[in-house]
Amino acid sequence: MPDRRIRVIVAKPGLDGHDRGAKIVARALRDAGMEVIYTGLRQTPEQIVNAALQEDVDAVGISILSGAHNTIIPRVCQLLREAGMPDVLVIVGGIVPDEDIPGLKESGVAAVFQPGASTQEIVDFIRSHVKQAV
Amino acid sequence: MAKTITPGAPSAGPKKEQGRKFTTLSGVPVEPLYTENDLQDFSYSRDLGDPGEYPFTRGIHRSMYNGKLWTMRQFSGFGSPEDTNQRLHYLLKRGQTGLSIAFDLPTLMGYDSDHPLADGEVGKCGVAVSSLDDMETMLAGLPLERVSTSMTINSPAAMIWAMYLVAAEKSGADWKHISGTIQNDILKEYIAQKEYIFPPEPSMRLVVDSIIFSAKETPRWNPISISGYHIREAGSTAVQELAFTLRDGIEYVDWVRRAGLDVDEFAPRLSFFFNSHNDLFEEVAKFRAARRVWATVMRERYGAKNPRSWLCRFHTQTAGCSLTAQQPYNNVVRTAIQALAGVLGGTQSLHTNSLDEAWALPTEHAATVALRTQQVIAHESGVAAVADPLGGSYFLEKLTLDTERACYEYFDKIDAMGGMVAAIEKGFPQKEIHEAAYAYQRAVELKEKIVVGVNEFVTEEDRPVDILVIDKGIAKRQRDKLAALKKKRDNARVRRSLDALGGRAESGGNLMPCILESVRAYATLGEMCDVLRKVFGTYEEPAFR
Repeated sequence: MPDRRIRVIVAKPGLDGHDRGAKIVARALRDAGMEVIYTGLRQTPEQIVNAALQEDVDAVGISILSGAHNTIIPRVCQLLREAGMPDVLVIVGGIVPDEDIPGLKESGVAAVFQPGASTQEIVDFIRSHVKQAV
Repeated sequence: MAKTITPGAPSAGPKKEQGRKFTTLSGVPVEPLYTENDLQDFSYSRDLGDPGEYPFTRGIHRSMYNGKLWTMRQFSGFGSPEDTNQRLHYLLKRGQTGLSIAFDLPTLMGYDSDHPLADGEVGKCGVAVSSLDDMETMLAGLPLERVSTSMTINSPAAMIWAMYLVAAEKSGADWKHISGTIQNDILKEYIAQKEYIFPPEPSMRLVVDSIIFSAKETPRWNPISISGYHIREAGSTAVQELAFTLRDGIEYVDWVRRAGLDVDEFAPRLSFFFNSHNDLFEEVAKFRAARRVWATVMRERYGAKNPRSWLCRFHTQTAGCSLTAQQPYNNVVRTAIQALAGVLGGTQSLHTNSLDEAWALPTEHAATVALRTQQVIAHESGVAAVADPLGGSYFLEKLTLDTERACYEYFDKIDAMGGMVAAIEKGFPQKEIHEAAYAYQRAVELKEKIVVGVNEFVTEEDRPVDILVIDKGIAKRQRDKLAALKKKRDNARVRRSLDALGGRAESGGNLMPCILESVRAYATLGEMCDVLRKVFGTYEEPAFR
């Protein structure tokens, strides 16, 4: 069993400032015992991946509501691989229509939490999917 | 795939325990019955007055909707200026009575369509407008002296408004006759929507400059729409929405007065914008309290003499955050209840959301159903015949009094911090809203609050097949248009006008004339904002812990 706490970045790329969900998820993950780094608004994919590297995280949670997910998220996944972090779990939350999910998963996203998802589902998913070096 | 819908038989619904405590949607405890005992200290003349009389609790007009219905103002805008122009003409043909324009995120953030940060965002959440050229395309053929246009633009409001003014002028419309609204409420951006560019001080200067310019040049224009809508969407309670919005209003009044205007010179043109959520009585109480508090503030705190300065005139939009992605047809019902609350609350104009908006911008069909919802309330329900028809309800009057009291408590706290800008810099309203949003989310997950189709009465069902998809070619077409514009305009004039704008930003003085000159020269939104970014700097919010 890993003895260190799961470390997660909650990131807000894109231009939208809607951080209600991101902040609720960040707090719920903290309440569940994880270490959470919230990036703040309007982070570029490069900034997010840099932070993931600096903070040595197990998971990256990306919140996006602007409709730019198909442009931004595959870029984050690609940069994570290029930075030597292929095992970092990438999850997405926000307004993502069903038809965009297969493409996001192909690019490396493990799960997409759509409107109405509960924070408990997100906590459970991270706990059961994070690959931690033992 | 993390689906939020769990298949299975519909459940029987939440258990009603004996003696269960009920609260409003915002968590305010509600008794099972209200009587005259709850209104011991209530006075008709002091607390209500007739409609059209101070303190305007019952409405700002004597006859309310009997004289004139509210304006049905559906917010729209997507894709290119050409797409939006077509949609605006379509809505006017369908019987809509006012225009309301949504801009895309690059425009809201002061970037042109060809900026790297605009990648993936052009035309997605609204229309892309980077120059006077785009504005003229968007407004082509619209009768600008006859329709009123509302534009949801904040940080770069002065530039977008200048584009509208110049486009109107070029089409032959007189500034004295055009009417409309720019949202232009920067404080709620720091508090809730977070589409800010510059720090608070220079941002407030832009707002003050446009209010002063408007007071002199565009007598029928509302230069600001002080907004609670986004505060509520970010998860606030009804009381927080009301208190932070009206306290923002007080902050603007203070700043414009400090710039040398008498309160009665500009206060009649201040307008407000509220959210209407699911809890019908809580919302109606909020709207009534808003009028009473604002009238009192204007008359008592500022000594405003003009009765028009006392009026809290507001637009209402139904609550986007109440809409569910699951069982989207339920959203038609939610929206109808919320719209009814807005009408019972005496709103001056109303936007009803469409059933598909938890997923995307609305399709034409969904937008039509939303407009028809208002028309059914207006023409079939009978509620428009009588002013403040719920007035005098023990429950409603008690709620209105309690809402008002809680609002003043927030005023005292924020005044003690040194005003709203200081409170924002401390992170106070942001934190209050986050706490409320988190508490609500917990209540939903514990099933203390039921959301039909999400945490109860769940079924596996089809989602609407039609989602508006924004044409992927728009970004490229907008970029090409910008490149062509930059070739054909008088670039020496553009440079001169931008230098003058930068100089004025550094030296002080009203920025509007310089912005108008830059717009006339076809300087782009991004070019103007870049000049100001250089002088004013940009804003980063305090870290979230």
